[in-house]
Amino acid sequence: MRWRGFASLSRAILRGFLRDRAAVFFAIVFPLMFLVLFGGILGNQGASEVELVEVGQVRLFDELPAGAREAFEDTFEVTRTDDRAEAIELVRSGEADVAVEMDGSRLVATYTGTDQVASAMTRGTLQAFVDGANLAASGRPPAFDLEMQRVEDDSLEAIQFITPGLLGWAVAMSASFGAAATLQGWRQSKLLRRLQLAPVSTRTVVGARVAVTVAVALAQMAIFVGLGAAAFGLQLAGAWPMAVPLLVVGTLCFMSLGLLAGAVARTTEGAVNMANFLVLPMAFLSGSFFPLDGTPGWLQAISRVLPLWHLNQGMLDVMVRGQSAAAALAPMAVLAGFALVMTLAAARLFRWESA
Amino acid sequence: MTGPAIEVTDLVKVYGELRAVDGVSLTVEEGEFFGILGPNGAGKTTALEMMEGLRRPDDGTVRVLGLPPWPRNADLLPRIGVQLQASSFFERLTAREQIHTFADLYGVPGAQADGWLERVGMADKAGDRVEDLSGGQAQRLSIACALVHEPEVVFLDEPTAALDPQARRNLWDLLSGLNDSGRTVVLTTHYMDEAEVLCDRVAIVDHGRLLRLDTPAALVRGLDAPTRITVGPGLLDPVRAGALPAVDDVAVRVDGTVLTTRSPAAVLARLAEAEQLDGVRVQTGTLEDVFLDLTGREYRA
Ligand SMILES: Nc1ncnc2c1ncn2[C@@H]1O[C@H](COP(=O)(O)OP(=O)(O)OP(=O)(O)O)[C@@H](O)[C@H]1O
Ligand SMILES: [Mg+2]
Repeated sequence: MRWRGFASLSRAILRGFLRDRAAVFFAIVFPLMFLVLFGGILGNQGASEVELVEVGQVRLFDELPAGAREAFEDTFEVTRTDDRAEAIELVRSGEADVAVEMDGSRLVATYTGTDQVASAMTRGTLQAFVDGANLAASGRPPAFDLEMQRVEDDSLEAIQFITPGLLGWAVAMSASFGAAATLQGWRQSKLLRRLQLAPVSTRTVVGARVAVTVAVALAQMAIFVGLGAAAFGLQLAGAWPMAVPLLVVGTLCFMSLGLLAGAVARTTEGAVNMANFLVLPMAFLSGSFFPLDGTPGWLQAISRVLPLWHLNQGMLDVMVRGQSAAAALAPMAVLAGFALVMTLAAARLFRWESA
Repeated sequence: MTGPAIEVTDLVKVYGELRAVDGVSLTVEEGEFFGILGPNGAGKTTALEMMEGLRRPDDGTVRVLGLPPWPRNADLLPRIGVQLQASSFFERLTAREQIHTFADLYGVPGAQADGWLERVGMADKAGDRVEDLSGGQAQRLSIACALVHEPEVVFLDEPTAALDPQARRNLWDLLSGLNDSGRTVVLTTHYMDEAEVLCDRVAIVDHGRLLRLDTPAALVRGLDAPTRITVGPGLLDPVRAGALPAVDDVAVRVDGTVLTTRSPAAVLARLAEAEQLDGVRVQTGTLEDVFLDLTGREYRA
């Protein structure tokens, strides 16, 4: 009977969620719109090769070690000319992204700043090749492969960092809204009271609510990763399964945030607004929409005290940065800590009545 | 089981300065249809919720089926059914899904849930979302949910509140059969007529105090009340009626002109002479008079 009650409550909650158009929209459709937007625009630019015009003979390119040569050919589509003026004109007109020539031992790259993504990519990549070649020439072990990897995953493929970040935001939203709205709604309608008088333990009620929220979070992950991989060339790193437990702990953390909002607020709308008020700025400050690399130091310092930042970083590490599964452990511990503190606070502030 | 279904002794609940329930003692027998009657804020819900085990009494004791309901008593829960004052439903479920969820929580077969849906006349609304039900339909569903596990004692908090008179009377038919099988029913209400029709015994409460507890008939009988004679609307000129001997008071209402008297025979004889007896109703004392007598003020629901 305990199992039957749990299953029945979970079904009731899940139905309530699926029939709430606004909740489904904000949990799945809305973040997916961002994924399509970012993935479609930035992703396509990132995915295309950079068109490079080689002016004369560029010695660096000929002397690349075998591994680097391969990466080089993946990144650049090379055409050759001896006419410098013609090469510059190609770049200016946008037919090529960059013109490269040797000036003694110096590598001179000419590119246009109009297409910021392409130019940033070009500059970063060339820099990496030069550094790598220098290292090789100086006889020290080349840190070449590692450097390339980083450049590829962090900036070449926008979809790679967009997907985990948006997924983190989506889960944070639906988990916190769901918990806040359920707590408030059930309290307002006295359903909480009614359940208190049914032979079903608090643990079963809470368990059912958590189970549904976690299931929704995993469905969000499946949809995001599935769409990202199918439509925008998302490639998961080896340790990605670790994102599942990470996401589960993240879900618990944001549920507790929602509980806190639900315990403090007086109406269902107030609770959801409060959750929204906390989650949306947090998403910006946690790098869900854009990487924080270029932001001021103090901003990055703030972001480190936000649970969503830890969720996002953990997901990036295991899903796309190619880190080991252990990289998710620290974020999981931080998120669990947040969850514990917020749940305790919510329990203290909770009132059965909506006075 | 022997002994009363509910035993309440010196029950007290205090909210700050307010004594919401102030020393109430009463006993409800097994199989009885018991009413708690009182105006807004009288303390009906507070008293009921202490009997259900939702609130901790500040003083006094409660025994339901011989067991203390507070703190949450897992042995008692399957044996009692509750309908709270607000209709407490899962959001966006249909009526059938709603009652089946409760059936699952209580571990009773789904067929029993469908049976109750049928019994409260909601079978044809089974597929409607709870948000789309009318007030009366929501009350019916709520009552069915309280009874789905066939509890021995059922608490109904103002099941007919906010219904129009017709819907209220329809619901009475359903409610009056609830204790047929020996079930104990405790119901709170604002409505005197409802208590008179449904309840075996009525507790009249006001300001948290139990004023009187008896059968409706005994309550009225004990009252030295005047008789009210209601004549169809427009048949009688109120000024002329007031001039009739033995008429103490005249009131014009939508359903007719009401004459208050202590000698109904004399007044009725005069009306008969004037051939104005069509549709005349005679009523001697109501619970409203009992309330007026007990508190010295008009009953306002
Ligand atoms: N949680 C509470 N905190 C403070 N005061 C309360 C609380 N609940 C009820 N009261 C007060 O206690 C008194 C009795 O309330 P109660 O709800 O029991 O009345 P009632 O007879 O059920 O009224 P109604 O017919 O309107 O339902 C009221 O004055 C109410 O304001
Ligand atoms: Mg009440």
